Amino acid sequence: MKRALRIIALLVVLVAVAVWLATGANRGWTKTSVPVKTLDEVTGIEGISYQKKFLPGVDFLGAAFGGSTLLAGASLFFRKPQKINRSQNNQ
Amino acid sequence: MKLTHIIPLLTVATAVYAAPQSFDFKDPKGVNNAVFKLDAPLESINGSASGISGTVTFDVENPAATSGKIVVAADSLTVPNPMQKEHLHSANWLDVAKYPEISFGTKTLANIKTDGNVTTADVTGTFSLHGVAKEITVPVKFTYLKDKLGSRVPNMKGDLLVIRANFVINREDFNINKGQYEDKVSTTIDLSLSIAGAAITK
Repeated sequence: MKRALRIIALLVVLVAVAVWLATGANRGWTKTSVPVKTLDEVTGIEGISYQKKFLPGVDFLGAAFGGSTLLAGASLFFRKPQKINRSQNNQ
Repeated sequence: MKLTHIIPLLTVATAVYAAPQSFDFKDPKGVNNAVFKLDAPLESINGSASGISGTVTFDVENPAATSGKIVVAADSLTVPNPMQKEHLHSANWLDVAKYPEISFGTKTLANIKTDGNVTTADVTGTFSLHGVAKEITVPVKFTYLKDKLGSRVPNMKGDLLVIRANFVINREDFNINKGQYEDKVSTTIDLSLSIAGAAITK
């Protein structure tokens, strides 16, 4: 259990960083939509609409690192399984 | 045709052309927008508002007589981060439930310059935000597009008036967290208005 929690903690961080890098390494806050500009040819005005798109930011990384730390910290409450010494038992 | 006949005809024609028109800024195409930007430590907060309405009376021959009011629905202000948007609308910031409208009503125009169909002027009026009304002066550009409504909205005849304005306000002037969060959210807000109004002609 101890080892499993630590592996999961590491995976959480790795996946979060991979997702963050793959979506453009946004150094601002997480965005759930992005502005899309369209030009109105008659008036010359650039209209702004929003397209749904998940762009994880530094708060996403922070949450992932925080969760990972909690998992790793939880692993400390589990004892390391003790190894049985067979040579002593056979004497 | 005698000159004595032509002059009155020209006067009438000019008067018809120069009659003030009322332009409606509720945009069926949803292109009209107001953009706001303010600095914050991590990144600039950039957002926009699309719930724009209002009417402006404009006379291309007498722009000094321009008058009107533009209204922005406060709950149409949006930013890409959902939590930021929630904070923006909340009672702690814009309090859109209590103050649903942001508006600018004109009073006077000064420094009027016209070049073709483009008129620029410093427009003084009342800017209302968060329950506070303050007189401000804003440089505005009016572009009059005669007979262009049909190009934008099929089967309609009329003229368009494009208004563009860029100006800065201070949120503390409007009691928006006065003296608070100055290190986290800039007190100055850059505003940019790009809107087109239509005057239907018969």
